[in-house]
Amino acid sequence: MTDMIEVAGVSKAFGGVQANRDVSLRVPPGKITGLIGPNGSGKTTLFNSIVGYHPIDEGSIRFEGREISRLRVPQIARLGLLRTFQQTRIYSKMDCVQNMLISVPHREAGWRTMFTPFQPELVDKAEQLLEFVGLYAKRRLISGDLSFGQQKLLEFAMALMNEPKVLLLDEPTAGINPTLINGLIDRLKRANEEFGITLFVIEHNMRVIMNLAENIYCLAHGELLAEGPPGEIQNDQRVIDAYLGAH
Amino acid sequence: MTAQQRQFLLYGLILLGGIAAPFVFPNYTFQIAVLWVMILFALTWDIMGGQMGYNSLGNIFFFGAGMYACAVIQIGLYYNVGEYTSAYGAVRVDFTPGQYYLGLVLGILASAVISAVFAVIFGWIVFGLRGPYFAIGTLGVAIAAGELVGAWDWLGGGSGISMPTYPGEPDARANLFYFLCFGSAVATFLFLRILYATRFKLAINAIRDDEAKAEAMGVHTLRYKIIAWSIAAFFLGISGAIYGNMSGFIEPLEVAFPTVTFGIFMVLMALLGGKGTLWGPVLGATLFHVIKEVTWTHLLGWQWVALGLLIIINVVYFQQGLLGWAQEKWPEAFGIRVDEDSSTANREQRSAAE
Repeated sequence: MTDMIEVAGVSKAFGGVQANRDVSLRVPPGKITGLIGPNGSGKTTLFNSIVGYHPIDEGSIRFEGREISRLRVPQIARLGLLRTFQQTRIYSKMDCVQNMLISVPHREAGWRTMFTPFQPELVDKAEQLLEFVGLYAKRRLISGDLSFGQQKLLEFAMALMNEPKVLLLDEPTAGINPTLINGLIDRLKRANEEFGITLFVIEHNMRVIMNLAENIYCLAHGELLAEGPPGEIQNDQRVIDAYLGAH
Repeated sequence: MTAQQRQFLLYGLILLGGIAAPFVFPNYTFQIAVLWVMILFALTWDIMGGQMGYNSLGNIFFFGAGMYACAVIQIGLYYNVGEYTSAYGAVRVDFTPGQYYLGLVLGILASAVISAVFAVIFGWIVFGLRGPYFAIGTLGVAIAAGELVGAWDWLGGGSGISMPTYPGEPDARANLFYFLCFGSAVATFLFLRILYATRFKLAINAIRDDEAKAEAMGVHTLRYKIIAWSIAAFFLGISGAIYGNMSGFIEPLEVAFPTVTFGIFMVLMALLGGKGTLWGPVLGATLFHVIKEVTWTHLLGWQWVALGLLIIINVVYFQQGLLGWAQEKWPEAFGIRVDEDSSTANREQRSAAE
């Protein structure tokens, strides 16, 4: 079975800073894969390279076997490879339902669909997903007025509305209080199991990523340091050293 | 009375008022016609500036382009345009009623299409610019167009073009152009009202709120932006064609590409009424035009000061415009509230019980 994402020998430098050097990893379909590493280790750069934010210097990125390293952001998104942002990004002057509706997949968006109203089924689906993340009662509020944690939940629901095949989550639990985190882990797992979405997650919170991911990659100084199931990674001396700054 | 009935009543009153106005106030026909042009200006500016977050200062370009395109077609159908313009209106050229009306209709239609095509072409170039750079870039387009036409002898250069004379009575002429202005403004409003109920509105709203996010979600951002500008250009082209004929004489800097008057007014009117809403620009344009005309009549010499004061009050105290301010004060009236049903299941139970 082909991997959902296959990154092979990717390097990316910004001026003199080598953000990624010869990184190779694979995200198998239907699984939850984790990506960890100390601050500045190149995790977000790798995410940006995968979704097409900037061209890569070397290497190849394949999505379902298809080379995507030359495609641009919206094209990659329409293939079904979607990302959320570390600094939550929503459409802050629109209400929650509108945020959800405009997040429908744009794969087959033709000229006619641009000028038609949203079908009632889509509104229903938007409301159900808002209920799934616990925002149903606030669906008519302007999304920019929601709390930060609620905005993160909304961004997650918007991603689900887009029906992606793979979802890249950049620190989904950053800035969310511990009680909400448990609910979020549960929802991420359900999105993976019930909607069949492959997840690739950057996470700093070790408890979260160890609970969530089946396989974890660790980056340090832009290079791949270790790979393995959570138990192994947790006890890997190189990973511990990288986090404690022994490098 | 239900909300829908109230809406029908409101629309009916506005339509009736618009139709009756030139007969009730025959001395003000031109002034009221200009009001409809202003409403069209504010509505079309708001598509980009309000709904999409791209503050164009160059929309007046499409107005002027439409005006000149219409003139060229009206004249070019029957005469040599170069000869006509080089006579500077000294030679009286008569158009038969048939020639006049055919030229006018074809001219208006063509100017709409030509302006929209210009929007597509310029869209490819200037949509790479963001924020203030976009505003300045579009302003450059409008100013350059004015200068270019001013130096183009075939189009009459800085001396302008006398438009074909209307074959009939002055009163009939005033009413004809009044109803063209009125009709184009109403058509623009109704078109946008339908358009804003579709996916298109949410897409351009998403571009306004966070364009990078919209791209990351797969929205065809460039396509939406170009269509939005073309729609604005289409209606501005029509209004330019009508306004040029209503004035009877067109020239590049004051009539066709007046960046510092009409070009800025369209921005101010949308801001005053509340940008990003359907009714805001209509309200803003009406208020602005009335204040402008009153100060021009009663405060002559101080009219620009009064207008400046209005702008300052607007941007300091009512940044959201009248409608935006109302929405902040009474959010519930605009449907912004927490729902008492906390889930879709609750709602279904409740509607089943009813």
